[in-house]
Amino acid sequence: MTGKSKVVELEQVVIRFAGDSGDGMQLTGSLFSDSTAFAGNDFATFPDYPAEIRPPQGTVAGVSGFQVHFGHKPVHSTGDLCDVLVAMNPASIKANMRWLKPGTIIIFDSDSLSDKALEKAGYTSDPTTDGSLNEYKLISAPISALTEEALKDFGMDKKSMLKSKNMFALGIVMYLFNRSLDSVYKYFETKFKGKPQVIEANRTVLDAGFHYADTWELFANTYEVHAAELEKGKYRNITGNTAMAWGLMAAAERSGRQLFLGSYPITPATDILVELTKYKNLNVKAYQAEDEIAGIMSSIGASYAGCLAVTTTSGPGLSLKSEAMGLAVMTELPLVIIDVQRGGPSTGLPTKTEQSDLLQALYGRNGDCPLVVIAAKSSAGCFYAAFEAARLALEHMTPVILLSDGALGNGSEVFKIPTMADMPTIVPPIAKANDLEYAPYRRNPETLVRQWAVPGTEGLRHRVGGLEKENVKGNLSTDPTNHQIMTELREGKIERVANDIPEQEIYGDKNADLLVVSWGGTYGVVRTAVEKLMAEGKSVAHAHFSYIMPLPKNTADVLAGHKKVVVCEMNRGQFAKYLRMNYPEYKYEQFNKVQGLPFTIAELDEKFNDLLK
Amino acid sequence: MENQNMNLTKEDFVSGQVVKWCPGCGDHAILSAVQNVLPRLGKKKEDIVVVSGIGCSSRFPYYVNTYGFHSIHGRAAAAATGVKLANPNLSVWMITGDGDCTAIGGNHFIHACRRNIDINLILFNNRIYGMTKGQFSPCTFRGTKTKTSPQGTYEDPFNPGELAIGAKATFFARAVDTNPKEMSDIFMEAYNHKGMSVTEVLQNCMIFSNGVHENITGKDVREDMQVKCEHGKPLIFGKDRNKGIVLRGTQLEVVTIGENGITEKDILVHDKTRQDTGIHMMLAHMMPPEFPVAIGVIRDVVAPTFNDSLDEIIANEKANSKINCVDDLLNSGTTWTI
Repeated sequence: MTGKSKVVELEQVVIRFAGDSGDGMQLTGSLFSDSTAFAGNDFATFPDYPAEIRPPQGTVAGVSGFQVHFGHKPVHSTGDLCDVLVAMNPASIKANMRWLKPGTIIIFDSDSLSDKALEKAGYTSDPTTDGSLNEYKLISAPISALTEEALKDFGMDKKSMLKSKNMFALGIVMYLFNRSLDSVYKYFETKFKGKPQVIEANRTVLDAGFHYADTWELFANTYEVHAAELEKGKYRNITGNTAMAWGLMAAAERSGRQLFLGSYPITPATDILVELTKYKNLNVKAYQAEDEIAGIMSSIGASYAGCLAVTTTSGPGLSLKSEAMGLAVMTELPLVIIDVQRGGPSTGLPTKTEQSDLLQALYGRNGDCPLVVIAAKSSAGCFYAAFEAARLALEHMTPVILLSDGALGNGSEVFKIPTMADMPTIVPPIAKANDLEYAPYRRNPETLVRQWAVPGTEGLRHRVGGLEKENVKGNLSTDPTNHQIMTELREGKIERVANDIPEQEIYGDKNADLLVVSWGGTYGVVRTAVEKLMAEGKSVAHAHFSYIMPLPKNTADVLAGHKKVVVCEMNRGQFAKYLRMNYPEYKYEQFNKVQGLPFTIAELDEKFNDLLK
Repeated sequence: MENQNMNLTKEDFVSGQVVKWCPGCGDHAILSAVQNVLPRLGKKKEDIVVVSGIGCSSRFPYYVNTYGFHSIHGRAAAAATGVKLANPNLSVWMITGDGDCTAIGGNHFIHACRRNIDINLILFNNRIYGMTKGQFSPCTFRGTKTKTSPQGTYEDPFNPGELAIGAKATFFARAVDTNPKEMSDIFMEAYNHKGMSVTEVLQNCMIFSNGVHENITGKDVREDMQVKCEHGKPLIFGKDRNKGIVLRGTQLEVVTIGENGITEKDILVHDKTRQDTGIHMMLAHMMPPEFPVAIGVIRDVVAPTFNDSLDEIIANEKANSKINCVDDLLNSGTTWTI
């Protein structure tokens, strides 16, 4: 650091790295987040990328973005409007105009400008000169040319050299935020182990970007965000999908059951499967099946045979698994079904986020077919949500649908590392060998949970399946009253899960004028918006639901006593409908967004202020 | 393999639930043959699991006194795969029909064959949908009139043997429901095979496809229309044991021993262990009236099983890993302390 420019302290910053798919923006963003972790900031990240692997170059549709929100205070959301936009081509500016605010610093690769590039991006004139970016601080730098210049002695071809231009841009941003380059060097050394020339080339470009920003005094100021006041402890950065995988392994360890995952690749849930295939050393059996149905059916088979069985999917896959979920309900076997929701219906928006599978999760099966539905609230929180889904499935002998979403799954957050000894023990109702009292559908009278008689156990041979069974004994039965009894028992068993989950919390005054209700992955942004209004002295409270079926027992108390209740969700009002059905005595306002992108604090703020008028 | 110490008998494997198949249905004979073979496996009763899909055949698990799982239509192979992967010590038997296995369950069937997961699949082939009362299946012969093909079907059927071998099955056998002793012996060989075994049983449905296999199993024709595949023996058949199968060029042909200079030495000797699928595929393909139907173990080749391969990788990873529990994992890689 030469210290030429003045260092300004900031509370929090949002940076978005944007470029063509294939420009390496996801990597650039990740590397910046790593350095953010080392600087001790709290942070959250959000990748925003197209479904195609290499969509048409230079077009708005082909822009891939990665956003990092970091701060000195706790960061709940991935942020919305940017303080800094790194744009590797004109399309990246065009695609991200809506995320800019007056004063946003745009770091732009001026070498990407050409008539053709402008045309591809849909510009009729050059935005860098026509005045349309006057509100912002545009820093045009010849990033491509300078990258080539830096690498001229490496004997590389032009195409290979230009692959490193993202590192030049990263160097500029690292300078802007007074970051040490050590974490990035370390990445190069690990990633390109045994290829010293590649390590050196990347280092050279990164350094060149950093020094260019310094030498050319690109910025009037540089910025610094002080370390966050986080609880003492050990931390790591984790994505929601990784946290989900790890939470499942934690539950396997705490229950003494082998973890089995039967799954089929589907965006944005694939990474859970990818992650779990790595941990054969921890006795995980992750099975890539031939289709979604085989994914869940192999899991049901593994569950019957005594595993903590899991299947992972996204919306279209959840549809395909419906019949099998009914089988798991009927056979009353533990099963975790993780749905990382994306935009729907049908193939919908595979890489974008939404919360529109809720009603399907609750009701999308033939027959009266109740199961437990819970939702993860943050990327790091996916660890605990997965653990809880496994606990409920194993201890209550039921399928559990755990709803995550694309933003949570791909987003990352700072994660305080727990100690396994502090996690609860999970105790499934395993039937004892040669128990003369054992019958497949004999239940614990309090919880209505049946026992799990695992093949291989002496004296417990029995048959289960999708056909209706005689109460207690488990023989086939088509007796009309028996079906009524069994249907009610299955329902009662799920209702009684409410005795085993925490009460619904309310954040803020329980009689606040406005109660903001949300569920699942919108926690961070909604909480941030509510906190902002509270700081302004507004009468607002927040109830964020993680348990959906069954709802916490005190839900009615939480909903009571407000002038207005607004339910915010990324669908057309599914949770609002569900609350209306269960608690018709209250009136529910709705705030719904289905644009494939998370809520912004600004739009929530505006809605809440309107409701408070 | 037989374990005399357990002293199990057929009766140990009768569940006591009322068997609800139609009187005279071929399913009874298959049930009996399976119950005859289970005591001979050397497995404890509790280490056997029967998994099925949907259809008449798939009621099977309820009638066998082992662990049993009656799953959903077409998906038994996927469920059985999960059971076997969860606990490879279990002997897993999968019961399915021609509709369950080759229509709705076709995808799971071919992939189970390809993976060579160590389960024993018994396919009851009556060439009709019985439980839904008589619609054509993917194994119904072209032109057959059924409830949903009143003018006769206008599509060609699958031959399950060709399908299985084409999908890389390492074991394929064919049996007839009229020969219980032979069936039991074939099931025993299926059990002894390491990897996926597919046994097609030509099974008669009294109600909806009665007599569909009569040209193969009928008392008058069976010796001329069945050729028993016995490893290492020539493929000789016929009432007078004077007919045989020869390989001429790239094709099989039926010949008569003693005619046109043909001697027993010219007859093709069955080799169930050849890796190449060519002759096995041709044997599975044989159909009357030109050919007898091949009965017995047509293919039985050695290949790594999916479950063993997975367990080997797990053992290897465990032995070579520095991460041995979730705490190790959580604290691995990049972390920082505040």
